[in-house]
Amino acid sequence: MKAVAAVALGLVLLLAACEREQRRFSEVAPSSGRPDGTRPSEITAGGAAPAAMVRGPYEENAWAVGEGKRLYQAYNCNGCHANGGGGMGPALMDAKWIYGSEPQNIYTTIVEGRPNGMPAFGGKVPDQQVWQLVAYVRSMSGQLRGDVRPGRDDHMRAKESEMARRPEPAK
Amino acid sequence: MRRAVDPPHDAVARVELERAWSTPPGFLGWLTSARHTSVATRYIVTAFGFFVLGGVLAALMRLQLARPNLHLIGPDLYNQIFTMHGSTMMFLFAVPIMEAFAIYLVPLMIGTRNVAFPRMNNLGYWIYLIGGILLWTAFLLNVGPDAGWFAYVPLSGPGYSPGKRVDIWAQMITFTEIAALVAAVEVVVTVFKLRCPGMALNRMPIFVWSMLVMAFMVIFAMPAIMVSSTMLAMDRLVDTHFFNPAEGGDALLWQHLFWFFGHPEVYIIFIPATGFVSAIIPTFARRPIFGYPAMVLSLIATGFLGFGLWVHHMFATPLPQLGATFFTVSSMMIAIPSGIQVFCWLATLRLGRVVFRAPLLYALGFIALFVAGGLTGVMQASVPLDLQVHDSYFVVAHFHYVLIGGAVFPLLGALLYWLPKISGRMPNERLGRWGFAVLFIGFNLTFFPMHVLGLGGMPRRVYTYAADTGWATGNLMTSLGAVVLTIGFVLFLANVAWTLRWGPPAGDDPWSASTLEWATSSPPPSYNFAYLPTVDDRDPLWSPTEQPVVTGLRTDVREILITDAIDATPDHRQHLDGGSIWPFLTAVAAGIGVITAIFTPWGVTIGAVLCAITLTGWFWPRVPSGREARRSA
Amino acid sequence: MSRIALAVVTPALAACSGRPPVLDPGGPQAARIASYWWLNFWIAVVVLAAVIAFLVDTVVRRRATLTTAIVPVEPRAERRVMIGVSVAVGLTAVTLLGLVIADATTGRGLRSLSGEEPAVTIEVTAQQWWWDAEYWDPVPSQRFRTANEIHIPVGRAVLVKTKSLDVNHSFWVPGLHGKQDHIPGHNSSLTLKADHPGRFAGRCAEFCGLQHAHMQLLVFADPPEVFEAWRAAQRRPAAEPTSQPALRGRDVFMSGPCVLCHTVLGTPAGARLGPDLTHVGSRTMLAAGTVLNTPGHLGGWITDPQSIKPGNRMPASSFPADDLQALIVYVSGLK
Repeated sequence: MKAVAAVALGLVLLLAACEREQRRFSEVAPSSGRPDGTRPSEITAGGAAPAAMVRGPYEENAWAVGEGKRLYQAYNCNGCHANGGGGMGPALMDAKWIYGSEPQNIYTTIVEGRPNGMPAFGGKVPDQQVWQLVAYVRSMSGQLRGDVRPGRDDHMRAKESEMARRPEPAK
Repeated sequence: MRRAVDPPHDAVARVELERAWSTPPGFLGWLTSARHTSVATRYIVTAFGFFVLGGVLAALMRLQLARPNLHLIGPDLYNQIFTMHGSTMMFLFAVPIMEAFAIYLVPLMIGTRNVAFPRMNNLGYWIYLIGGILLWTAFLLNVGPDAGWFAYVPLSGPGYSPGKRVDIWAQMITFTEIAALVAAVEVVVTVFKLRCPGMALNRMPIFVWSMLVMAFMVIFAMPAIMVSSTMLAMDRLVDTHFFNPAEGGDALLWQHLFWFFGHPEVYIIFIPATGFVSAIIPTFARRPIFGYPAMVLSLIATGFLGFGLWVHHMFATPLPQLGATFFTVSSMMIAIPSGIQVFCWLATLRLGRVVFRAPLLYALGFIALFVAGGLTGVMQASVPLDLQVHDSYFVVAHFHYVLIGGAVFPLLGALLYWLPKISGRMPNERLGRWGFAVLFIGFNLTFFPMHVLGLGGMPRRVYTYAADTGWATGNLMTSLGAVVLTIGFVLFLANVAWTLRWGPPAGDDPWSASTLEWATSSPPPSYNFAYLPTVDDRDPLWSPTEQPVVTGLRTDVREILITDAIDATPDHRQHLDGGSIWPFLTAVAAGIGVITAIFTPWGVTIGAVLCAITLTGWFWPRVPSGREARRSA
Repeated sequence: MSRIALAVVTPALAACSGRPPVLDPGGPQAARIASYWWLNFWIAVVVLAAVIAFLVDTVVRRRATLTTAIVPVEPRAERRVMIGVSVAVGLTAVTLLGLVIADATTGRGLRSLSGEEPAVTIEVTAQQWWWDAEYWDPVPSQRFRTANEIHIPVGRAVLVKTKSLDVNHSFWVPGLHGKQDHIPGHNSSLTLKADHPGRFAGRCAEFCGLQHAHMQLLVFADPPEVFEAWRAAQRRPAAEPTSQPALRGRDVFMSGPCVLCHTVLGTPAGARLGPDLTHVGSRTMLAAGTVLNTPGHLGGWITDPQSIKPGNRMPASSFPADDLQALIVYVSGLK
């Protein structure tokens, strides 16, 4: 049974290669500017969950997630989010999301900033790069498919790779 | 050699032998075949198929590079194309085709009925086929490898090659190297234990010696790349740090491991080619090869020395200078045994009487082109000069001279030479000569300008270049030459196709050659020889004495004669197994495991479990049937 | 001798514009390598000609057919040929020994330059897909960074330390020296010297990914006074913009995405992800030798770098037309 499942998985993953391996060097990001209908979740307990959001464009694109990983280090997200473990900023590799974990939420977080210290990078970080960062941030908590998530990088091992990460159970 | 008078019940014996040795008809028979000629023919056809595919990729590259700043192929696709071209040619064409010729001809040349392990032979082919299909399917799905055929880390590591492209490359390596090892083990055991009586080691044809040396080189070289590709796959999949300098690994480790395999690899391709030439030249010079002991020792020396050269691929990296000097000296020294071989071939031609036929033309072309390629090789053995031409088009020119000139030309000659034996029909001589002429001219037009391009500063693996580099004319000449080269290959393939369809019957020995494969019909029967021959001479079919044949082997079951490893004195009779479905199933099981391992480490477990099942089926002891048990009692 | 060779070979090489850089040395090391090349070349020509001549002669003279009887082995002829083969093997070994000696001499000559005290030390950090060059100085404030174009003084030894930030690259300026690989985790260097002023093209010679083809490095060998003047100019911070468009361009630069990656000394922009732009206006080429440094190309590079160099690290930026013009004026003025 495991063999059949493995074969099926293999075929699916092989066929999924089409999107995973695409290199999209220049494309106009799906939403430049503030996405419509995005609002942060209510902070009080018992409030309604925000409506389901648009999928990120790079959820299944390994190259874009890899670019996101490179940019995460290049733009010094580590300064506050220390390899996903948090520090001055919240941890990004756990299941706790103050402003929501959907791609649109993370996009808005990066572009518009958030209270308590998250800078607004809109106008500085180009849109396509923001979406790549969004995909990478989601991979840190294991939300992307295993074959899309990056492996280890060539630096000192600060954490397990995103590929090895198993999603934390939601609290 | 006049064959001994056939015993009166010879015809009955042949019928029984045919029944015992032939493959069952139909698709299942084809799938389970244990005949070495069938498996080898499959290898040859498949390898040539990959050769054509690799050639198409080369044509695409030459199209993109014909003019400066063309935008026909972007950098991503171009990187996949040249990686696929190199990987296909080296892993899916060059080594398999040499082994294919070994599997086909060695049992015939040493006078036996099959290879030592017929079903493992079958396994090797299916594993090779699955690996090749994996690689090419991946390429067609945009997940073909793009880090070069030697996939240097860190570029091919997890940090700089996202996705599964390089993982597929690494696992394709696993497949093709298992297949290569299987074939190598076949050759070694067959050559040592299955030779016909009287064929002591110093009476073996040089062709068989070359295949034996190649097989040993495979056994020692392939594990290095299996280890390194597995390390790379592990770095990418399970977070190991073999090649991560920040965690104690080393990017240079990859280069050492790869080239420890990679340099012997090119000799694995080249040495069988010298075997082809050593079979063709004596036939068309009408005399035995000159300097047999020198030839054998040169082959063995090349095989050994080939393992001591690998750092010459790394002269530009930060290495201790003393180490580099050692490899300079060894890289130059290997020219000596190769030179001895060339001089012995020239001597054979000089002392003989030259028969001008297409197979010989390819051997002559080989000598000229290989000497040219070898000379540029000696140039690059020196560190200062290599520091200029390394990783430039000069190197591309060099290795195509030694790989196409030094291996493909002999291969094409060998195919024309043995096509009568394999197919029973004679190739067209005029088409053969025209094909050679166009190929020779096209090859030089294509690859000679690359020397100049390399000296002009053009690096390898660039998808385009600017107009002001001065490389435009050289590239255009190369691309136009590639058109001529393609026409030459088309003419060659047309000759093969014509032969198979309309070639006149060849008879047993159309070339009046000297080795044992010409002592049986064309194509050989499923049992190769009705009676195994004996020999007392290096060139049995040219020997004036009448040789006895081996009688007494059973004709109703698959039985062969095992002889002593050195002197080939008869030792005992051995029962060989017939066809079986288990090799195919084992290959599929291994394939499932390896392909799944691209995505999850559980693939190894799955593969191990499945292979355990199929291997159990394969080796399940068979209780002999009643009739057989009574016979052997 | 080399001149005769060149006169013979140049028609074949005339396809290229000018001599190939490896054979047109601009410095002592390249010159030594070129001499060694010519030695090899002539040996190769002689050997190849001899082998082909022998082959042709043999094939033409001693023809037969397939039905010709097997040539009997004649001891005297065999012995004569065996002596011939032995002589050939001996000649081969002697020639190879000679080449090894010539190689060792050439190698020693190349290394002798490393003993010289370097006049300039440049730390070249290769990354995908450009060259970061930092001119070292014992006084930290005298150090400066440039990208993709380096200047060296004629007739003085220059130490180039090669590092890589990501994958393997290779520093290759064929007119001056052989190449040196940049391997992450390993230190390496080479010493260069130019004999005469000129412009030497260099490029990356180790496959490093998507834009390996567009990773060019220009080396300008200047007379010492010119070099000093250049170096002094490079040490100065960015020229203060004077015109209105340039001032506006600076504002666009500082408020846009440029500051995330680029440094302009003397301004708040201090990021080191991309090339240092303090003196970009005085460089000959843009994008590591991909396009000429003109305002038109600069505008195209800023707005759509991916169509000029697909896959490279610079993202597309969109500016309103006036802002873009101002930005181009400002950046072009950073001389």
